[in-house]
Amino acid sequence: MSRIAGCFEQLKAQGRKALIPFLTAGDPNLETTLSLMHALVANGADIIELGFPFTDPTSDGPVIQRAVERALATNTSLKGVLETVSRFREEDDTTPVVLMGYLNPVECMGYQKFTDAAVASGVDGVLIVDMPPEESHDLEEIIHRTALDGIFLVAPTTSDARVSYICKQSSGYVYYVSLKGVTGAGNLDIESVKENLARVRANTDLPVGVGFGIKDATSARLISEIADAVVVGSALINNIEELDASKHYSREELQRHISLIKEMRDAMDA
Amino acid sequence: MSESKVLHGEYNSPDEHGHFGPYGGIFVGETLMPALDELNRKYAELKADPAFWAEFDYDLKHYVGRPSPLYFAERLTNKLGGARVFLKREDLNHTGAHKVNNTIGQALLAKAMGKTRIIAETGAGQHGVASATVAARLGLECHVYMGVEDIKRQSANVYRMKMLGANVVGVDSGSCTLKDAMNEALRDWATNVDNTYYIIGTVAGPHPYPMLVRDFQSVIGREAREQCIELTGRLPDTLVACVGGGSNAIGLFYPFIPDESVAMVGVEAGGHGLETGEHAAPLCTGQPGVLHGNRTYLMNDENGQILDTHSISAGLDYPGVGPEHSWLKDLHRATYTSVTDDETLEAFRMLTRVEGIIPALETSHAIAWVMKEAPKLPSDHIIIVNLSGRGDKDMHTVAEIEGMTL
Repeated sequence: MSRIAGCFEQLKAQGRKALIPFLTAGDPNLETTLSLMHALVANGADIIELGFPFTDPTSDGPVIQRAVERALATNTSLKGVLETVSRFREEDDTTPVVLMGYLNPVECMGYQKFTDAAVASGVDGVLIVDMPPEESHDLEEIIHRTALDGIFLVAPTTSDARVSYICKQSSGYVYYVSLKGVTGAGNLDIESVKENLARVRANTDLPVGVGFGIKDATSARLISEIADAVVVGSALINNIEELDASKHYSREELQRHISLIKEMRDAMDA
Repeated sequence: MSESKVLHGEYNSPDEHGHFGPYGGIFVGETLMPALDELNRKYAELKADPAFWAEFDYDLKHYVGRPSPLYFAERLTNKLGGARVFLKREDLNHTGAHKVNNTIGQALLAKAMGKTRIIAETGAGQHGVASATVAARLGLECHVYMGVEDIKRQSANVYRMKMLGANVVGVDSGSCTLKDAMNEALRDWATNVDNTYYIIGTVAGPHPYPMLVRDFQSVIGREAREQCIELTGRLPDTLVACVGGGSNAIGLFYPFIPDESVAMVGVEAGGHGLETGEHAAPLCTGQPGVLHGNRTYLMNDENGQILDTHSISAGLDYPGVGPEHSWLKDLHRATYTSVTDDETLEAFRMLTRVEGIIPALETSHAIAWVMKEAPKLPSDHIIIVNLSGRGDKDMHTVAEIEGMTL
């Protein structure tokens, strides 16, 4: 069983929901990212979505755009991100890591080389935000020969026919984008999320995660009541924006920058 | 598809999924997939409707002022002393460039789809002006995304857009130019997808944009083909156009693709010279990758990060290119080359003085190629240059280079 499936199975047995923080790898540098990953797990993260930077993140709002700019300022590459996952695995062999990003860095590395490196470094899932299932054939064919999960997005605009098609292509979990717009935007409409999750669940037994626009412990708890996983990105990154690339931070020092994760965890488990 | 099939008139691109060979396609976040599907279906329906094209033709004739002339540049020809040079005068269109052909077509689509809000990205401001113009004409709300760097160098067009009632949104992320304006327009579209129509200004972006922008711009090549036969009794030998995203070039080239004897040359922005890395010439120097919804030749580093580009002309300052150009390059049906900023300025001055036509700096790239190549060609060789836009918008840039303030 993959780490992702195992993680959801265990949570289910405990009657809990998954908390999935998103970090832009290399913000402000990869050393700090590694420490943040461990600190996130210590504070209640179940799975980590690790964004590899791309200059033109068209699905992201200003918070993640700035995170990407900081990561690129310290020359963070996809290769460096994969090496960071390897180093994370030296200490943590259980927490699933999902790589998330845009296609061009993957194309540039080559699909086979990327997949081999992802497997070797201990990555569990891959989510390419600008690669809809229609364009995913070549990469998915390679990924499906490995234990990696291929994760896809469902949006509020997705038709029923497409929901079914996307669910068939997905493994690991399905990521439901809770609003029309970019990451970190707007306010959540819980009723709309509820209706759309029902559409997804009608098509798959996979766990369903919800992300985009989950800002605080209250919204995390509300979403955890209807979804299997809560994804938080921009709200978390807001609190690590002030980290300095030239400084070294201990995990304890990073604690106060990720207190949101502990608050969300407590609210979700209450 | 093999090269010989293309040359024997079987060119039929893109396929139903928007692929031009390995290029094109649809690479966007899921939120936009249904909107692109809706656009694709609506366009397929209208494309088959003669009434749609009748309305398009009517607007082009009575509002844009088409057909644009094919003008024999006799003094330029004599001065260069080689091939006969004809200029396809897209600069004479309403709003001053070829861009309006496309915005007229897409405005009809927006209207048919019941959208009330128009967004657009712009580099030189010509597409922004052309979008603001059709929005004003239809009474639609219009927001134009433009890099703050381009707002500085194209201030005249910024003011025109504002006069037309558009909201010009400055984009200060990344390199603050056309690429970043397109990022921001895509974000706006994902947020306001229910009521918003995104008028992409070039033959790039996700399917069906490269196809539909080409179809609307092809009026350039269809007219030029007829006009050339009428004026000279035969087809031209060489077509030349500048290539940024590549809409004016595709517009001229597309109707000639089956005509094996007609050579096609796309001229990219060589900036300070290809060897300096400071240019915007992905077809000359780049490799295939994915940006802004399509697979195409790109300028990126060894990690797949998009590189900053440089060109004297804001409209060519873009690290990608329309996917059909990538395909035509690989098929060797068109060739792509570049000229530098300096050669461009020289061409700008020469056409202005010799023919009394002030070309846009974008267009001046095509003229610069003609200045270099026409003298080497025989006097019975016919070149058609797409004179894609007028240079009024560039007065500030050129004056600044010449040490003057306006």
